[in-house]
Amino acid sequence: MKRAVFSNPWLPIMLLVPQLFIIAVFFYWPAGFAIQSSFYLQDPFGFGSTYVGLENYTDLAQSAEYKRVAWFTLLYTFAVTFFSLAIALLLAVKADNVLRGAKTYRTLLMWVYAIAPPVAGLMGVMLFDQSRGNITKLFETFGWEFRLGVDYWDTATAMIIVAVWKQVPVNFIFFLSGLQSIPRTVREAALIDNRSATGRFWDVIFPLLAPTAFFLLIINITYALFDTFGVIDTLVKAEPGNNPVTLVYKVFIDGFRGNDLGGSSAQSVVLMVLVLILTIVQFRLMERRIHYT
Amino acid sequence: MSLKTVLAAGVMTGLLASPAFAQTEITWWHAMGGQLGEAVNEVAAGFNASQDDYVVTPVFRGTYEETLTAGIAAFRAGEQPNIIQVFDAGAATVIAAEGAVIPVETLMADNGINFDIEDYISGVRYFYADGDGTMIGMPFNSSTPVLYYNADALAEAGVEPPMTWEEFQETTGPALRDAGYIPLAQSHLPWIFTENFFSRHNLQFATNNNGYDGLDTEILVNHPAIKAHFSALVEWQDADLFEWYGTGWGDNQTPFENADVAMWLGSSASFGGLLQKVEFELGTTMLPYWNAVTSEPTQTFIGGAALFAMAGKSDEENAATAAFFGYLASAEPQYEWHAATGYVPITNAAYELAQSDGHYERFPAAEVAVNQLSLPAGDFTRGYRMGFYVQIRDVMNREYGRILTGETDVDTAFETIEQEANRLLERFAATQG
Repeated sequence: MKRAVFSNPWLPIMLLVPQLFIIAVFFYWPAGFAIQSSFYLQDPFGFGSTYVGLENYTDLAQSAEYKRVAWFTLLYTFAVTFFSLAIALLLAVKADNVLRGAKTYRTLLMWVYAIAPPVAGLMGVMLFDQSRGNITKLFETFGWEFRLGVDYWDTATAMIIVAVWKQVPVNFIFFLSGLQSIPRTVREAALIDNRSATGRFWDVIFPLLAPTAFFLLIINITYALFDTFGVIDTLVKAEPGNNPVTLVYKVFIDGFRGNDLGGSSAQSVVLMVLVLILTIVQFRLMERRIHYT
Repeated sequence: MSLKTVLAAGVMTGLLASPAFAQTEITWWHAMGGQLGEAVNEVAAGFNASQDDYVVTPVFRGTYEETLTAGIAAFRAGEQPNIIQVFDAGAATVIAAEGAVIPVETLMADNGINFDIEDYISGVRYFYADGDGTMIGMPFNSSTPVLYYNADALAEAGVEPPMTWEEFQETTGPALRDAGYIPLAQSHLPWIFTENFFSRHNLQFATNNNGYDGLDTEILVNHPAIKAHFSALVEWQDADLFEWYGTGWGDNQTPFENADVAMWLGSSASFGGLLQKVEFELGTTMLPYWNAVTSEPTQTFIGGAALFAMAGKSDEENAATAAFFGYLASAEPQYEWHAATGYVPITNAAYELAQSDGHYERFPAAEVAVNQLSLPAGDFTRGYRMGFYVQIRDVMNREYGRILTGETDVDTAFETIEQEANRLLERFAATQG
């Protein structure tokens, strides 16, 4: 491989500066600020503050509610990631086989991608409404008395369904383009070796899709952890009550609604560390087993 | 058109417009959306038309929580509005931060505007005051929980609206159930069945005079009377006398509007909206009480929000704010606001004006809230002042929801609320250090 060398040693630095500046202003500075405020309890108006050391963190560690929220976040992230990926993969494989009207199918499947999460949440609120929701009525015909905002698990189910529905199109687009970039020759060669379509898929196609799947896995985990905020907020109608909420939503509730700057800073630092660990683990452990072509 | 004409026209316009430059402009951040927002705009327009010196501009900033957070961020950036609307549960945050706001009483005195706390109706007077009874925030949209009933349903079941919970349990509830209704629902467990429960029965809600006298306050929510009340709710739920539709306000109100639920506890300010929606005869009565707890029920206090004059503004602007507050408290605009929204009139003069105008003969239900706020006061009926109260309410909502979905029992739930709330209060005290 040919090594590219800059003739002027300052040029690469100059080219990096805008990016580094943006990262510094929008990430390092606020992150540093969050770490600092997590050691204080301060008056939101900025008049008083008390240094409390690690107290904000120990409070979190001892809080039964925080543990509950953390467990739910784990479960929610797993469910949303798994179902979004599985459904999208299934749809992509099927769409890949369609020859006639393929474009129309694909456009219809991607459509949902254009919907903003809070709007998706609002549609969820209408569909799952206790007295008029269509899905609520549908569940009722199966004998399931679905009660959004009352029953913890019913609300959780609605959150997962809306979040998955919103994410499937993104995954679909990536899986489909991944499938289409698999060379025809490889498929034809596999056809000779294995007559079972399922077998061919798992032995040949899926390993070739692995880089896409790995990328999507990370995207989906971060989506479930962070971007579903709008969906949750609209589905619980900004009233957490006894509803399930995720860690990010709790940061918002405590910080922006409750004005507990110290406590919510500590929570966001915990999240930051969590993401850091997640990223390291994913890249260290998983990248080794995936072959990029 | 020559350059000269243009210049001349410009000068003329400038001259004509110059009186407007002498006006002091102030901004008012509020959280009243929709119909209420229009009523707010009318109040501002009324003030602007009533005099020539000041102009107030109302700006809608989202929900109560969003408005407060936006106000705090603006204050830290030195760009705060002159007036901010802060809701009941957020009042402690603003009042504790000494230097963030100018107390109404001080503001009025400094600008030579008459102010007498005795002019305000009794249940309104001290909620936004400090420990010494100095009014800090100007009560604006004030409401109190009342019982609404479907008069047709009650007539069908052959019962009267209940005065006490015992009456509900023994007579009203079963009769309504047998007539095919869900007898009771409510829309805000912390506000109606906790804060005002303590006030209605004159029970102490928190140490330090319900929190008004200091920051080292402890909540006294783990009280046998309220635990008995929640145990009763669970029993009523099992006996089909009560239904809970979640923490959301509207989810509990809708079944009442649809005539599935016969009686609903909500805000006195819901009256106007309900009247337009329901097809049955709507009745209103006072919040029931437990005869077993007290035979002399006391007044409730106000919910809703108050207007605070933010500090760090020029004297002229503060004079404008004071003039606006003076206008707001005067009888005419108060009465108009009361009639348009269903919020209670905050002064006795406005109440008397509504009476003499025959408002309560046309809408008898509108008077129930005023009467309830004017019932005899007790030692613990002025309200509460607790920091991080938004989170404390969240804890209550969570535990109450868990009680009513069978995930926990009353004793454990109240222990949890007491523990978590006290920890939050302790933390809030530290923020002021």
